[in-house]
Amino acid sequence: MATELKRTELIFREDIDHSALIRKIMKMGKDSFITELIESGLKGRGGAGFPTGLKWKIVKEDPNPVKYIICNADEGEPGTFKDKEILEKASEKVIWGMALAAYITGAKEGYIYIRAEYKYLSTKLKIAIDRMESHIRTLGINFKLGLIFGAGAYICGEETALIQSMEGRRGEPTNKPPYPVNKGYLDRPTVVNNVETFVNAMIIADIGAEEYRKLGTKASQGSKLFSISGDCSKEGVFELEMGMTVQQFVDEFGDGDTKAVQVGGASGFCVPRKEFKNTIIGFEGVPTGGSMKVFNSSRSMYNILENYLIFFEEESCGQCTPCRVGTQQLLHGIRAVKRKEKPKIYLDELLRLAYTMKYASKCGLGRSVGNAFRSIIENFREEIVY
Amino acid sequence: MISNNEEFISQLADKYGRNRESLLPMLQEVMDQFYYLNEDCMITIAKELDISTADVYGTASFYSFLDTNEQGKHVIRVCQTIICDMKRKEDIIDAITELIGIKPGETTHDGKFSLHYTNCLGACHKGPAMLINDEPYTELTPEKVKDILVSYMKK
Repeated sequence: MATELKRTELIFREDIDHSALIRKIMKMGKDSFITELIESGLKGRGGAGFPTGLKWKIVKEDPNPVKYIICNADEGEPGTFKDKEILEKASEKVIWGMALAAYITGAKEGYIYIRAEYKYLSTKLKIAIDRMESHIRTLGINFKLGLIFGAGAYICGEETALIQSMEGRRGEPTNKPPYPVNKGYLDRPTVVNNVETFVNAMIIADIGAEEYRKLGTKASQGSKLFSISGDCSKEGVFELEMGMTVQQFVDEFGDGDTKAVQVGGASGFCVPRKEFKNTIIGFEGVPTGGSMKVFNSSRSMYNILENYLIFFEEESCGQCTPCRVGTQQLLHGIRAVKRKEKPKIYLDELLRLAYTMKYASKCGLGRSVGNAFRSIIENFREEIVY
Repeated sequence: MISNNEEFISQLADKYGRNRESLLPMLQEVMDQFYYLNEDCMITIAKELDISTADVYGTASFYSFLDTNEQGKHVIRVCQTIICDMKRKEDIIDAITELIGIKPGETTHDGKFSLHYTNCLGACHKGPAMLINDEPYTELTPEKVKDILVSYMKK
């Protein structure tokens, strides 16, 4: 009998009085709340997992009078749609979470950078923003929030590329340091957090760090929204505690014939059936921004890998050579092996190229192409060759 | 026409401010107005923002939703990423091609529709999915696509 997955109902809870929560935090004090946030163990929900409390603390302590709060709603990782669900169903919480960040850090201005594909949400968001702005003013906090639309570029989900795009430039990532917390939008200290992270900050403001820590595991606290799709018994967005094994996940969501699960989108890892039992979903195992794609045994892993590489080749911003050329060569390479124009040991050369990309690429895009590439080649080599 | 463009761009610059951060929102408004970024508008924007025209073009050409060649009034973008691919996005493309006679990358002669592949639309659980202008359509079938396109033909 499969063990029941632990479900939580926090993100979409509706019975929250946001302005009462902000008043509670105002009484509690900025520093106490930052301590609370750090103790909660909350890590950024975009996938990179930087401790949120620490990020807010750095920006708060910066003496610069102008600071910005940015919500990264440029959700583009293949198989990820939980931010859209949040913006559709719980946009208030995101907006108030940003207001909370503004109060804590002393920022007066914020922006939601939302991908062009989600532009249809803008009317609803604008209404929610207006409501928040007028409420927060009555609490004596001045915070102006604007919407900025992306224009169809996956790379702009990378925070430095996002800032470049907001500044009216090509969305090309910049070197870190400087980090956005020190030198972000218009060179000012900037908090950039994922949609889900702001919601989690509000949840922590509500239930406190102690309650929050009871969810999940030691390395992966709290609950997480998962975007589940593919060959599933049920698809959609589900809020689950982190720290489950892939086997537990598959027992609940698979169609009974699951061959592999792609955890963390195209830039994540492909977990084959034999590893289901000993792979934990969370920062201690396979980290994830929430995307879970399920493949059954009727699927060709070659087609899946080729589809990923087409995606990366198109979305690579092109400024650094390892990523620009690497993504092209990986794609050409597996096609050549498939067509028997190259021997199968050529795959080992491609693995070395993926390894080089991991260390030589400028940003997370090029660095993570090798994740899916390696895990698919190593576990399904025969499907790539024959 | 030229003076019209100049007036339009100048109004946009008034609205967003004459600084570099205004470039993307201005280009996006030109897209809404003309369905693509014509050279004339890009040159005028460069003048208004006091940056080089190459910089404007260089920025515009980076983004897949900013087109520098002529597009139809209604731009159809069909998701090509893995889950929509598994859910037979090719049937959707075929249905569109059959109905309006264009393949991905093409525009109809009457300038009404353009068809493109696009990357993950964030609707994997409801695939196959497509976007027409800003409007998403999910759980598509060839029949459903035909009904949707017919409704746009009347617009």
